[in-house]
Amino acid sequence: MKTVTLPVAYMPLVDAAPLIVAQEMGFAEAEGLSLDLVAAPSWSSVRDMLAFGRVDAAHLLSPVPVAMALGLGGVTTAMSAVSVLSVNGDVIGVSRDLEARLRDTGHGFDFADAAAAGAALARVAPGGLKIGVPFPFSMHVELLHVWCAATPLSRIRIDIRTVPPPLMAQALAAGEIDAFCVGEPWGSVSVEGGAGALLLPGSAIWAFAPEKVLATRTDWAETEPHLLGRLMRAVWRAGRWLSLPDSRTAAAEMLSRRSWLDVPSEVVDRALSGFLTVSPSGEVREAPRFLEFHRGAATFPWRSQAKWIGGQIARRTGLDPAMAMQRAATVFRSDLYRAAMRGTGADLPGASEKLEGSLANATAVASGSGRLILERDVFFDGRVFDPSPD
Amino acid sequence: MPTPLSIVVVEEDRDRAIAIVDALKDSGDYDVHVIGNVTGLARKIAAFLPDIVLIDIDNPTRDMLEELTLASGPLDRPVAMFVSGAAGGLARAAVEAGVSAYVVDGLQPERLKPVLDTAIARFQMMRQMRTELDETRRALEERKVIDRAKGLLMKAKGIDEDEAYAILRKAAMDQGRKVVDVAQALVTAAGLLR
Repeated sequence: MKTVTLPVAYMPLVDAAPLIVAQEMGFAEAEGLSLDLVAAPSWSSVRDMLAFGRVDAAHLLSPVPVAMALGLGGVTTAMSAVSVLSVNGDVIGVSRDLEARLRDTGHGFDFADAAAAGAALARVAPGGLKIGVPFPFSMHVELLHVWCAATPLSRIRIDIRTVPPPLMAQALAAGEIDAFCVGEPWGSVSVEGGAGALLLPGSAIWAFAPEKVLATRTDWAETEPHLLGRLMRAVWRAGRWLSLPDSRTAAAEMLSRRSWLDVPSEVVDRALSGFLTVSPSGEVREAPRFLEFHRGAATFPWRSQAKWIGGQIARRTGLDPAMAMQRAATVFRSDLYRAAMRGTGADLPGASEKLEGSLANATAVASGSGRLILERDVFFDGRVFDPSPD
Repeated sequence: MPTPLSIVVVEEDRDRAIAIVDALKDSGDYDVHVIGNVTGLARKIAAFLPDIVLIDIDNPTRDMLEELTLASGPLDRPVAMFVSGAAGGLARAAVEAGVSAYVVDGLQPERLKPVLDTAIARFQMMRQMRTELDETRRALEERKVIDRAKGLLMKAKGIDEDEAYAILRKAAMDQGRKVVDVAQALVTAAGLLR
């Protein structure tokens, strides 16, 4: 097979690992691909490079292609999320000042109970909170809205503003923001620098949130189905490799290199292991399924996930939720995923939609081989999203 | 005579900002403001109510501008990225040159074109200069490291410069690494052993 070089954009984050591993560990090469991984300085830049053809695929925030399909933001080129790259992986952090006030009220930073953390935070910040997120269309924003709506935080003023992750610690120290929701390694970096403390993992709000997707232009996906299939299989195998316990040390070492994330491997390892140092004083907390690349059909692009994102965005921007959900569902390409994964041994679920938030425990569901286990996917407030209500 | 376009240039490097402003002023009658400190960027931009915002694609604070593209942003008028409303070729050229322009919706594309053309030309020139500067600097750094490694070898083994370089080159070839990487390893190791 002749090797084809494929330009792919990514943001230097721990959850870009499947792309980096696909290239570094030879999964791309085995499919006859060489990934030309282009590090981007911002999410708008990733989106533009993809939309205008500088790259053919990208590591992208899951709500971005959905927002584009809804005509939001400047660029509205049709995009396809061909697989989910990672599930969960965000952290919510607070300034040292808020940390001290929370401790004064007896909050123990258990890094698990979203309801208790929301109530405690609302109590110590009656004047309101400015919360930094990486991008206006992101799972970070969606998780914050879910969290605020179902806790006493709904009674204080919440101002969500965009701050580039590398500047998050600085913005926290300068008082421009009081808290943040960000992907790793940036939460741990702010703890290391003494700027903040981690309050919750994203998974405490929604236990199975599609965080990043592998996105391509829809026209490219249609004209290059073979190339796309090779890319998807390489990335899927990289995710499977990442999910093996024995891979963790090597993965952390690889990602920490200067050419990729350029942070100490010990810091990368926190996200991969789910053992996070939550405060500058060194307390460690375990977050189960903190960041998932493979288990529980993590990379399957459920149409119901896209519908949930579309409905959430629509309600905030004044669009018709039914129309938004319908359009969003066309963005997550479970059809292309099924086509590409045939013959890889990937166990494909029987359905392409599910009730989001209905699994309180890992549950076996119907699949190609009949034994696919889906992981716990509940929202902390017990809500269940039905993608096809009667 | 329409009112001059109001342009905000987001650029932290003072010299580059001046170069862009000069180029824009030469190409037409524009009302140009520079924002050099990105703290509270959205608020500062809102204060100028510009028609266009020019920002380097490599600037990570670009994501802050995305907030302006939402109707609920700090501007009371909707803002769209220029590239959505104009000819695709120009948009692509802008992206490749490393310029992104954010433009208030409803502005005629013909009034934008000269601004964008100027910005693209200027950004391309600066990008080229920056790349050349980086390369020169790197070459200089590499030569310094290799010189130090040669010096260490010459002293340790009592050989001359050409022989020292030959040893470095052979080690690099044997290990499939660059000469400068081998030299760096030697310098680091020597530092540890000292």
